Amino acid sequence: MKKPVFLEKLLKPKDRTFGTVLLNLNLLSALMAIVVGMLFGLIIMLISNPSQALGGFGAIIISPITGGPRVIGQVLYFATPLILTGLGVGFAFKTGLFNIGASGQFTMGGYAAIMIGVYGGNLGGFQWVIGILVATVAGAAWASIPGLLKAYANVHEVISSIMMNYIGMYLVNYLIRKTCYNSLKNESLAVMPSANIPKMGLNHIFPGSFVNGGFIIALIAVAVVYIILQKTTFGYELKAVGYNKDAAKYAGINEKKSIVYSMMISGALCGLGGALIYLAGTGKQYTVVDILANEGFNGIVVALLGLSHPIGVALGALFIGYITVGGFNMQLYDFVPEIINIITATIIYSAACALIFKGLFHKIFKKKSAAIDLNGHPIENLRAVSDAPPPPEPQDQQKKGGER
Amino acid sequence: MSEYIIEMLNITKEFPGIKANDDITLQVKKGEIHALLGENGAGKSTLMSILFGLYQPDSGIIRIRGQEVHVTGPRVANDLGIGMTHQHFKLVHNFTVLQSIILGVETVKAGFLKMDEAREKIVALSEKYGLKVDPDAMIEDITVGMQQRVEILKMLYRDNDILIFDEPTAVLTPHEIDDLMDIMKNLAAEGKSILFITHKLNEIKEVADRCSVLRRGKLIGVIDVDATDKETMSEMMVGRKVNFDVIKEDRKVGDEVLRVESLTVKNPLAGHNKNLVNGATFNVRRGEIACIAGVDGNGQSQLVYALTGLMKQDSGKITLLGEDVSKKTVRYRSIHGIGHIPEDRHRYGLILDYNLEENLVLQTYFTPRFQKHGFLKKADISEYADKLIKKFDIRSGQGGKTIARSMSGGNQQKAIVAREIDRDIDLLIAVQPTRGLDVGAIESIYKFLVAQRDENKAVLIISLDLDEVFHLADRILVIYEGEIVGNLDPDKTTAKELGLYMAGSKRGEVTL
Repeated sequence: MKKPVFLEKLLKPKDRTFGTVLLNLNLLSALMAIVVGMLFGLIIMLISNPSQALGGFGAIIISPITGGPRVIGQVLYFATPLILTGLGVGFAFKTGLFNIGASGQFTMGGYAAIMIGVYGGNLGGFQWVIGILVATVAGAAWASIPGLLKAYANVHEVISSIMMNYIGMYLVNYLIRKTCYNSLKNESLAVMPSANIPKMGLNHIFPGSFVNGGFIIALIAVAVVYIILQKTTFGYELKAVGYNKDAAKYAGINEKKSIVYSMMISGALCGLGGALIYLAGTGKQYTVVDILANEGFNGIVVALLGLSHPIGVALGALFIGYITVGGFNMQLYDFVPEIINIITATIIYSAACALIFKGLFHKIFKKKSAAIDLNGHPIENLRAVSDAPPPPEPQDQQKKGGER
Repeated sequence: MSEYIIEMLNITKEFPGIKANDDITLQVKKGEIHALLGENGAGKSTLMSILFGLYQPDSGIIRIRGQEVHVTGPRVANDLGIGMTHQHFKLVHNFTVLQSIILGVETVKAGFLKMDEAREKIVALSEKYGLKVDPDAMIEDITVGMQQRVEILKMLYRDNDILIFDEPTAVLTPHEIDDLMDIMKNLAAEGKSILFITHKLNEIKEVADRCSVLRRGKLIGVIDVDATDKETMSEMMVGRKVNFDVIKEDRKVGDEVLRVESLTVKNPLAGHNKNLVNGATFNVRRGEIACIAGVDGNGQSQLVYALTGLMKQDSGKITLLGEDVSKKTVRYRSIHGIGHIPEDRHRYGLILDYNLEENLVLQTYFTPRFQKHGFLKKADISEYADKLIKKFDIRSGQGGKTIARSMSGGNQQKAIVAREIDRDIDLLIAVQPTRGLDVGAIESIYKFLVAQRDENKAVLIISLDLDEVFHLADRILVIYEGEIVGNLDPDKTTAKELGLYMAGSKRGEVTL
């Protein structure tokens, strides 16, 4: 039986060019994850509130696109910080690191931006620019600690960056109380209007929404990360270290430095995300509570959903923004906020399983297309196309025809 | 009852795109040593994996002691008395020898392991067969040769009477091979039936009674070893006459390129006082191939790591073209003339998730030729890759865009060789350059290595394979326990003599 054309295309190996990234297994698996998550969400709705379930489900799926420019603007607004944290986590993934400390780096960046926003009045028109830059540096600095520990003391970055989340959160809570505290509302002082990121014309396209220039900055970050990873020797080195530290070392790449740089870039992106939320001009302040910033963890989801590709990350963040806004609209259907959170969380949870679906599809297609592997070679050793490298072979083979 | 203890009748096993076993019939008599001869990829290992239950045949039947059986897994095989030492040892690296041997057949009392009986039995077995091992040593700490003994003990411990040896001699010294041959003969004399997978004709001649020859998944014939000469066997195996004798024109040896003096690398593990490289002293000159021969685990890897900068040496001096490079980085040494074909091509030689062209510029991506202002010149890289692919006949599914992981071992190795010799080097260090490759690939790798020498480069080859050493070397250096103990002329040295050096029972002075 001849395979359908789209299957042939999906089975082509992952080509890392921009145009083809959307047309392979990865997209399919991400979509599948989303669909499964949606179905789970629907089941929860049916159990908790059967009569309103379909209406509420419709709200999640339909309301953001049918709500007009304002609602679409809100989707972009909620996606903005997630694009950054997603890029940060995804960048680390691409270079072989799991930066689970996105939350702490995001918080540190946010605090730095707030400080500039509250006290940087003499910076004039540059206040928001400086705020963003300082936040980026703060995120990078915070991430450099687990980076340095990983590179020079072999401390696993997952452990150290998780710890840095808590240290960062409590430190910022403490610093806010000390330096820029609004005790009436238990939150940070409002930033000056001149510290708010300009709307950059987005207010005309999406009137009445919170979306602002931060979204454009996020898109620029997507492009920059893409270029670094795909086009530069720097990205080549960082990825080389991520894929195979030993081979990178063999090629003369300083793998320790590369690890630190990777973590710092990842942290810088997360820190920038913090600035984009607190300098958005929406009146959102840092609330002093003992909770780790959600944006960091959703960044991990976004990175997984987008399979760490910058463009995938942007799409993943837009998706999370979309269901967040859709979730708000469910309140019209008698769903209590907790249920809404559970449903959105379920969808996100399932989205995070995109990799499982990828593995699943891989298996299914492999069975069907057994004759060749992804590159058109006969598969003799299945291990050769899976992730684990084959075990080293002991020296043997010298097919000598005759003896000396 | 049939005279055969093992009968594998008309076995066919197909992998996607390839028939690994095509209608193969193998019959082994009780108490015989039956060799299974064939090249890499001939289907020997697949056939044995089927017998051992790791694969299920697509068609064909297996009879053990006359009974038709379905070997559905290694445990079933074990119950049938079949044991196997694998080519790639299947041992748990952080277990002790004792734990590894009893794994899966532990004697238990009330849920607790009873190690004492097991220990006694293992000690008795290892004494009986001369398989000396320390039962409490960690697998990761013992040599590959030792690990093999553990594998053999595993079979004996399980009282297996059908023993499969999958290329067991690859890592042993000539002396150890002799021992193993004796062990095998003893085992056969005790009535155990042995299947011996190999491609070494000498060994077949020495121990085997009969031999089945496989080629490209098909059974070519079953021969009586005593009545058949080696030439016939080798022709059956390869299907043509292969002549590996490398034609080397005589060359005058030129200036010294590499000079190594008292190089020492300590063992970084706590409690290990024996140096990995122990005062190695030697040199390599232009226009010669110097081969470092030695048994696996005598410091070869660490010596090369130290030479290339992957590992710091603790003392000693490395001089490259008159310059002391002892403290220089990997990259400094690489751009100042060292090309390195590493021992483990997956770990060091390639970034398997990068495509072929990205791998081909792994040592040169930072040069002005391939980058400008930090941006990779992708067009130039592709063009260069295409050139190398053509020149070195690197075959892959999609040319330069093929992900390295999906390429065959031979072509991966060719890519590494191409990358390392197609830049301006003075010294090529090649570690086991033909490991795991098939005949065709070996031939072309040899050709490239000799061509380097003929271009007046210095070539240093580290090999565990004596035949390779004798084929290629202009000069043989012998490493034993991290020390260079011999500097021999291959034309005046026999394999036996070399073996004595490798085993540490003979040593000479090495002067620079």
